[in-house]
Amino acid sequence: MAASEEDGGGSGSPEEKENGKKRSLGALATAWLAFYNIAMTAGWLVLAIAMARFYMQKGTHKGLYRSIQKTLKFFQTFALLEVVHCAVVRTSVLVTGVQVSSRIFMVWFITHSIKQIQNEESVILFLVVWTVTEITRYSFYTFSLLNHLPYFIKWARYNFFIILYPVGVAGELLTIYAALPYVKKTGMFSLRLPNKYNVSFDYYYFLIIIMLSYIPLFPQLYLHMLRQRRKVLHGEVIIEKDD
Amino acid sequence: MKHYEVEILDAKTREKLCFLDKVEPNATIAEIKTLFTKSHPQWYPARQSLRLDPKGKSLKDEDVLQNLPVGTTATLYFRDLGAQISWVTVFLTEYAGPLLIYLLFYFRVPFIYGPKYDFTSSRHSVVHLACICHSFHYVKRLLETLFVHRFSHGTMPLRNIFKNCTYYWGFAAWMAYYINHPLYTPPAYGEDQVKLALIIFLFCQLGNFSIHIALRNLRPAGSKTRKIPYPTKNPFTWLFLLVSCPNYTYEVGSWIGFTIMTQCLPVALFSLVGFVQMTIWAKGKHRSYLKEFRDYPALRSPIVPFLL
Repeated sequence: MAASEEDGGGSGSPEEKENGKKRSLGALATAWLAFYNIAMTAGWLVLAIAMARFYMQKGTHKGLYRSIQKTLKFFQTFALLEVVHCAVVRTSVLVTGVQVSSRIFMVWFITHSIKQIQNEESVILFLVVWTVTEITRYSFYTFSLLNHLPYFIKWARYNFFIILYPVGVAGELLTIYAALPYVKKTGMFSLRLPNKYNVSFDYYYFLIIIMLSYIPLFPQLYLHMLRQRRKVLHGEVIIEKDD
Repeated sequence: MKHYEVEILDAKTREKLCFLDKVEPNATIAEIKTLFTKSHPQWYPARQSLRLDPKGKSLKDEDVLQNLPVGTTATLYFRDLGAQISWVTVFLTEYAGPLLIYLLFYFRVPFIYGPKYDFTSSRHSVVHLACICHSFHYVKRLLETLFVHRFSHGTMPLRNIFKNCTYYWGFAAWMAYYINHPLYTPPAYGEDQVKLALIIFLFCQLGNFSIHIALRNLRPAGSKTRKIPYPTKNPFTWLFLLVSCPNYTYEVGSWIGFTIMTQCLPVALFSLVGFVQMTIWAKGKHRSYLKEFRDYPALRSPIVPFLL
């Protein structure tokens, strides 16, 4: 997989190959994707504003999660559709699947299920990161689809992550770490022996494995984004390792 | 007799890597690979992929130079396949692991279940039976690797051994942990369930072995010929009437038997994952058969009669 096909207008998004493929994207698909990306941009903007208002009015982050949780759950869960979109948009189902799954996991299996950690600072940390990332990402997709991508959005999309990615990972890991004592105490989501299926599951150790898995996974995703950045912003032709 | 000249270029950089003159017209690709190794000893023949077109398919070792669409100066493109390891080595390693690992759990070696259980023995007869079946299964595989199978390819990429061993060894440990656990719960329907499971397991083991023997007999030693397999006098091979890869069918059957015997969810998951993988392989094999043989029997499906 050598150099990507770049559309003349500089509005190419090679990793998504949207523009290379766009000419063959039906009108219906384009319309739906435009609607989807606009809606998601709006949703995360609403979240951003709600978070800012809460903090300005209350002066504290305590209770902030509770106040925005319904909106967060709605828009983050809706993003599952993006795995389906891969069929049309030509992104890797695997990469999209991993990204969306990790978000769903954090929202539903950590912050929703373990209420005691909802007021941790680390939650605010990753919420802020997610909000900025998603607003940038969805507006990038929207403008790309409409063929009018302002350079600053492309710039933001391929530069913000350099700081946001590691900060977001830190927020997520700190949150999971904070949740560990409560998981151990309650034995939640766990199955003990003996039982007739002869299997057991310990959510506490599962979470530890999840945390450890960030070690191999995060650098790979980060380097992938760095490579994309070089390709898109600096027009570098990267000869990728075959197979 | 006119000699050929062969130049070998890197498929990616087009750099000239090697020039061979006075090559016999009836030289095979295998012989050219050997000559290439002389100037680049780090690229032994097994890791060379030579092709006529940088993006084209690899040439086969048996291909003869003068039968290729090249002039008397042939240009071949080289791609490094990476470090290679022999199929036999991979199979032996990936099968020896589960055999030994399961036994570690069966004998309740220290640091697994807690000191008061070290070196104790389960009081359930099915646990002993399961150990015999599991061990038999992997001993059979090891012996087949050494004495039965005739491999099409000599080598595979080195990284496969890590991937494959993680899969086999990991699942073996996971299964063995629960089956040999002091808190193991024997099958709900007791002896009847175990008896039925054992019959299924043995039947499928015999079936699988019969297919391996039949496939071996299709291919003379040292050759890489491919022929359509047909049922033989052995009734277990009659499954060839309905499927292309009955060895996989029987293999899934064996693991279903083992699942019923142990009533252990990890075994069921291992069977499921194995089934998915073998279905992918069976479909590929079925497609190759259809492409290669005009008269391939129409009734056959890849792995499950009439269904898959």
